[in-house]
Amino acid sequence: MSLDDWIKALHILSACALVGALTVLWFGYLLLRADGSASGGLARLFKIGTVAIAIGLTGTLVFGIWLSISLDGYEPWDGWVIAAFVLWLIAGGTGDRAGRLSQQPGGVQQALVLHAVSSLVIALILIDMIWKPGA
Amino acid sequence: MTVLAQVRPDSWNFPLLLHVGGAMILVAAVLTATSALVVARGDVALLRLGYRALLVVGLPGYIVMRAGAEWLADKEGFNAKGAPEPDWLAIGRIVADGGALLLVIALIVGGMGASRMRKGTGGEGLLRAMLVISIILLVAFTVAVWAMSGKPG
Repeated sequence: MSLDDWIKALHILSACALVGALTVLWFGYLLLRADGSASGGLARLFKIGTVAIAIGLTGTLVFGIWLSISLDGYEPWDGWVIAAFVLWLIAGGTGDRAGRLSQQPGGVQQALVLHAVSSLVIALILIDMIWKPGA
Repeated sequence: MTVLAQVRPDSWNFPLLLHVGGAMILVAAVLTATSALVVARGDVALLRLGYRALLVVGLPGYIVMRAGAEWLADKEGFNAKGAPEPDWLAIGRIVADGGALLLVIALIVGGMGASRMRKGTGGEGLLRAMLVISIILLVAFTVAVWAMSGKPG
């Protein structure tokens, strides 16, 4: 395996961590809405989700930029790469806002809506990564 | 050569989306189940959440991942008679088949545990067994994702 192969594997594993974190948080928010308040266990679950989100967002960005520079035929300024970066920013922003809202009284419903937007945007990034429009 | 390797027919994109998307959903479900069971410490709601994550998200994710994999392997010619099987594909197949068996066992054990817990007749031991299987699945799927994306050999 070349270094680029390793980076590609780490990029995709980071994406798995990101989707994993989204799923942890989906279940966490739904349980929080049902219970009304976060138990000790649920707070620990949110902590795991937050750490996985940080690993996923950082890994996908750093290794993704590396690959766009290192691999022949791709450049960081390609349209589909820029689109992925913009979508990454939107997903990170809405996810962060959802996390803050969920800690406010009565904010879980809004947090769920923002989390749904964040999840949809991550799905769009996956579609962008596979089809690579304009590449 | 590197550029050529990165180019694939457009007709492969949809099965690839199913395969990769399904795999990510499957890993996400196993991560959620493992996390919930680890942090639960007797919290019934979290123990049930761990089981539901595997059942409602993991099982459909596995089916989509496997269907996408076979569709893609067919398009790439790996299912043809006498076609060579690269190491990364062999690793993926072994983990997927073994993972299916473990996933089913985890769902049965977890289902029995959740049911006993609902009736108030224990079930913690069974859910702990489900946690052990989930950890094994998480490690195995991580290796499979590494092999399928890095393509060693």
